[in-house]
Formats: sequence, C-alpha cells, structure tokens
Amino acid sequence: MKSESKKLIIDGIWHNNPIFRQVLGICSTLAVTNLVLNTAVMCIALVFTLSLSSATVSLLRRFTPRGIRMMVETLIIAFYVIVVDLVLKAYWPEMSTNLGPYVGLIITNCIVMGRCEACGTINPPGPAFLDGLFNALGYTVVLLIIATIRELLGMGTFLGYPMPYFTGPHWDKWIIMVAPPGAFFTLAVVTWVFRSIGLRAEKKDK
Amino acid sequence: MSAGPEISQAFVVCISAVFTQNILLTYFLGLCPFLGVSREVKTAVGLGLAVVFVLTTTCMLNWLVYKYVLVPLELEFFRFIIFIIVIAAFVQLVEMVIDRYSPFLYQKLGVFLPLITVNCAILGASLFMVIRGYSFIVTIGYGLGSGLGWLLAIIAMAGIRQRLANDRIPEGLQGPGITLIIAGLMALAFMGFSGVLQGR
Repeated sequence: MKSESKKLIIDGIWHNNPIFRQVLGICSTLAVTNLVLNTAVMCIALVFTLSLSSATVSLLRRFTPRGIRMMVETLIIAFYVIVVDLVLKAYWPEMSTNLGPYVGLIITNCIVMGRCEACGTINPPGPAFLDGLFNALGYTVVLLIIATIRELLGMGTFLGYPMPYFTGPHWDKWIIMVAPPGAFFTLAVVTWVFRSIGLRAEKKDK
Repeated sequence: MSAGPEISQAFVVCISAVFTQNILLTYFLGLCPFLGVSREVKTAVGLGLAVVFVLTTTCMLNWLVYKYVLVPLELEFFRFIIFIIVIAAFVQLVEMVIDRYSPFLYQKLGVFLPLITVNCAILGASLFMVIRGYSFIVTIGYGLGSGLGWLLAIIAMAGIRQRLANDRIPEGLQGPGITLIIAGLMALAFMGFSGVLQGR
C-alpha cells in the first residue's frame, strides 16, 4: 500500500503532471496566474474539489448506471464547486470578485472530469482521493511557478510585497507579463523546460 | 425604454467580444479544444461553427432561465448546476434534431457537439453575462461576438499550425508548447485592437 501511494504521488506530480504532460484543464486557471495570491486560492479550491469529487465518484461507482455517469460526475463536481464559491463569497468577498467566474469554471475544468473518469470510476475511494489530491498538487506547483514568474517580472512583487531587485530604478517592469500574452508565453516556456528535462531523463534510462 | 441604444450597445459589445476582449485570447476560455483540435483548418471550422451556434443560443437560454427562474426563487448560487444542465440538454437536443433532419449537417458538426458540453467557453460566457448584468439584447450580441471571436482564433491557429507541420521544432517544444507560443503572439496582436475601440 505504501509503495502504491508513493507511485501515485510521483505520477501525479511528475510523470503524469496534468499541465505539462496531459495539457489539460489550463483554461480556467491560467487567467488568474497574474497574481500569486489569486493563483494560490484558486489552486486550493481545485485541490479541494478534485480530491473530494474523485473520492465521491469512487464511493458511488457501484450505484451509478453507466449511461448517465458523466451527468452524475458533473453534478458531484458542481456540488463541491458551489461549496467553494459560497465559502469564498461569505468569508472573502474581495477574492470572490477578483476570481470572478473562474471559480465556477472549475466545473468544466477538464482535469477534474478526466481524473474522476479515469481513476474514480475504477478504484476504491482511498486511492481515488490520493490520485485526485496529487494530480491537483502537481497542477498547483506548475501554476505557482507561472504565477511567480509573471508577478515578479510584471509587477516586481511577490504576494504583493515588493522584491528588492525588481522594483529598483534599473528594472523596467515587463507589463506584458501580467497581460494575457504573458500567460501563454510563460506557460509555453515552462512546458518546454519540463518536457525537455523529462525527455532527457528518458533517454538516459535507455 | 427604447430598444435603439440597447441595440447599438449590443453591437459594440459584439465587436469588442470578437476583437479586444476575445474570450479565448483574453480570458483563456476554451483552451483545451483550442490546443487539441487545431491541427487542420477543416475541423477547426466545423468545431468553431458549432461553438458559435451553441454559445449564442445557450447564452440566451441561460439568461432567460436566470432571470425568470433562478432570481425569483432566490437560487442564484445554484446557477452553476442549472447552466451546465441547460447546456448539456440543449447540445443533446440539437444533436438529435440535426441527426434526424440533416444528415449533411450532422456529418459536418455532429462529432463536435458532445465535445462542446465541456468547453469552458460556453459556461464561461454564460457566467460572464450574469456577472456583467447584460440585458437580453446585449446578451445576444455578447454570445454571438464571443462565438465568432473563438471561431476566428481557432481558424487562424489551425492555418498557422498547418504551415508549421513540416518545420523542425525542438523536441520539448513540439505540440502544446509551440501552440501556446503562437497563441501568445496572437494574443499580442489582438491587444492591438483595443486601441481601435477606445479611439472612437
């Protein structure tokens, strides 16, 4: 069991990383990567939704008719997303406005549906929960890297605090990094770097 | 309240949804199919047209459902589930209808319809329309503009990728990597449009 969970962890974060391996579910979250704080909140919401909905799908897998399972999965995911949305609205209204519709868009985030479908429908709740959790964490790591790069280069801050070198007079802020094109470029470069590392490791194995 | 200013507002919203506030390049919605189904212009056109149609109609349907069902019942927080159900049901219905009456259209668009239910652009447009409080006429303009913007972006991308097919690209950059860089350049180009609408 222990080595199995270890495999799940490594798979989720590296071998099968949702972003640079599967390139899934970037739609709803790329938009909030211009600030590290927004990204962190969004990722926590995703970790919560993905792990719990994967576990729930797995709990109900014996009672769900095959034909309507997609609909059932969507409803389960939507349930958790509504919980997140209401909690944010109640306790952190500013963040809720900042994130706008993107919290709701976790429902159509392909990675959530993908993991529920691929892992939740065949495995018992425990492994399904872990699979969801670590896939979401793998996703979080990459997004936090992207958000850090964008906020640092674009605004010279990290989590809102000015960083010494990047706010100095000799540093011209790269406004483009906080604008939409910056998100595409940063994600492309991050994907490139990680894929190349992966490819090199594979070649070494052979 | 006359309809005149509203129609002109709808027109402006429509144009800006195509160019300056492109749903794909500014709001990153519908990226998954954009990266996955943009290898050939032909399929891109099919998917794009299906998105235009479904996005416009579901935006209108969701507006009606939101205004006349959810708001009176004070169930606004329920909108995620309701919107998804409306979209899924509508897509299913359209698929059945065109399968029955137009085999030609079914061949062209049919395969793309199931894909569309999970396209974040569709749900995203409905959510944006609620947040921004558009009226019904403006919603039509917004839905149409968003769909057309998506169509434009995916056709352009497919055209560029077809040309890239034989080029040598570093191994790690192939596939999604290079597509994202192109998308970034396109987003950069589309940012230039924002001056056009502000300049008026």
